[in-house]
Amino acid sequence: MIVGERKPLQEIIKAVEQYEKILVLGCGECVTVCMAGGDKEAKETALAISVSRKRAGKPVQVKSHTIERQCEFEYLEASRKLIEEADVVVSLACGVGVQTMNMHYENMITLPGINTTFMGLPVQQGVWVENCLGCGNCVLEETMGICPIARCSKSMLNGPCGGSQDGKCEVSKETECGWHLIVERLMKFDKLSALEEVKPPKDWSTSHSGGPRKMIREDVKL
Amino acid sequence: MTMSNLQKALNSGAFVVTGELGPPKSAEREKIEHHGHLLGGVVDAVNLTDNQTAIVRTSSIACGKILVDMGLDPVIQITCRDRNRIAIQSDVLGAAALGIKNILCLQGDHANFGNEPAAKNVNDLDSINLIRALKNMRDEQSFIGGEKLAAPIDIFIGAVENPFADPFEYRAYRLAKKVEAGADFIQTQAIFDMERFERWMEKVRELGIHKKVPILAGVIPIKSLGAARYMKNNVSGMSVPDEIIERIKAAENKKEEGVKLCVEMIEHLKTVEGVAGIHLMAVAWEEIVPEIVERAGLLPRPKFD
Repeated sequence: MIVGERKPLQEIIKAVEQYEKILVLGCGECVTVCMAGGDKEAKETALAISVSRKRAGKPVQVKSHTIERQCEFEYLEASRKLIEEADVVVSLACGVGVQTMNMHYENMITLPGINTTFMGLPVQQGVWVENCLGCGNCVLEETMGICPIARCSKSMLNGPCGGSQDGKCEVSKETECGWHLIVERLMKFDKLSALEEVKPPKDWSTSHSGGPRKMIREDVKL
Repeated sequence: MTMSNLQKALNSGAFVVTGELGPPKSAEREKIEHHGHLLGGVVDAVNLTDNQTAIVRTSSIACGKILVDMGLDPVIQITCRDRNRIAIQSDVLGAAALGIKNILCLQGDHANFGNEPAAKNVNDLDSINLIRALKNMRDEQSFIGGEKLAAPIDIFIGAVENPFADPFEYRAYRLAKKVEAGADFIQTQAIFDMERFERWMEKVRELGIHKKVPILAGVIPIKSLGAARYMKNNVSGMSVPDEIIERIKAAENKKEEGVKLCVEMIEHLKTVEGVAGIHLMAVAWEEIVPEIVERAGLLPRPKFD
């Protein structure tokens, strides 16, 4: 899923201080699951803005609403009336949702209410880890299903660096060394010899390095 | 092709000594020259670190040129952290054009260690990609992208390995991979845990790597108890056993004890099969290098025409 974290409330409140009619727009997909931008968080954020403005002696109309999926135009269209009533929208969707809103409602401004952090998964309640960078050329079949691009701090292709100790990355004792995990898993399946091959430099042109990406599939185009 | 002094020393069969010079956080040429003078004649080649621990310093290539001008043999370090393949290959050509022959390939400490923690870590290549790229530039006259160099270059390629990093079982294989990729010589991380180093060397010999490339064992003289503790707790990939900390702690003259310990280690390393020499990293204590090399019985250094 796409994981995000709500921006500090003070930052959101400051961003909307010039507006009178504010809509906080949650998203029912990933950010609901990671408890950053679902219906509950949208209501909380709206309440916080409302209370803060009341205290400041500048009461304001704040509504909250949640759209099932902010990253598709059709879903945004269904709430057109409510959205167009507002002066500004604070989207609690990921960066994709915020931009979908700005593309679809180009005469109004949608501001981000969360920081989109990464693509990953919850490994336990309240703990999420990154595990895919969307590099456009998956190598998981070579690394026992553990991504060296996302899970090694240096995105190395040919094994662990010299900073790996006790299974942890040199960047932080909280971070597992991705390559340690890969080597352990290769040993478990008696496939360590797979690392003998010198892998060539990665072709980063399929990643964001190649410029903003666009995918066109003629077979599904209308 | 003309050989670097380091290459000649390694080929001669002598027990080789290399030193290390940490470039300054300034453009003071005289500081680099001062340290160069301290190391000249007592080591066979001088490593120049590439913004070590991700701290901005004078470039290793610029310092390498200063040492070339002084008649010393520099080993410039190149990390993958700060430059992509375009910049690295360009720098390799530039270094070779300046008369620098030895290039040591490293991945580089993550930027979050240093004084620009907000920097973008490049890591376009990994260290093994880098070794292979240099080998291809020299042996195939080919850039990574396939285009040919207009003329051959003359470089001697080094790689590093850290026997104290994990997973330990993989470390000797990783060294073998670096040799397969094209390394001509190896430097190890600084050794304090001799028992672990010897276990690693056993595996290295079992794989026959020591017969393919010379291995220089890294040593650091401990200057103070604080330095020992700092290396134990703060330096990535380093293992300092408690006995060493205790020994320094108990010593009245800590600097002398540090030198003594270093000399003992060198004496021991001379007896380890497959160790071709030492790489002495006395960064910020360069002035002690002549004394250590002398006391370890490694002076005078061999001279070549």
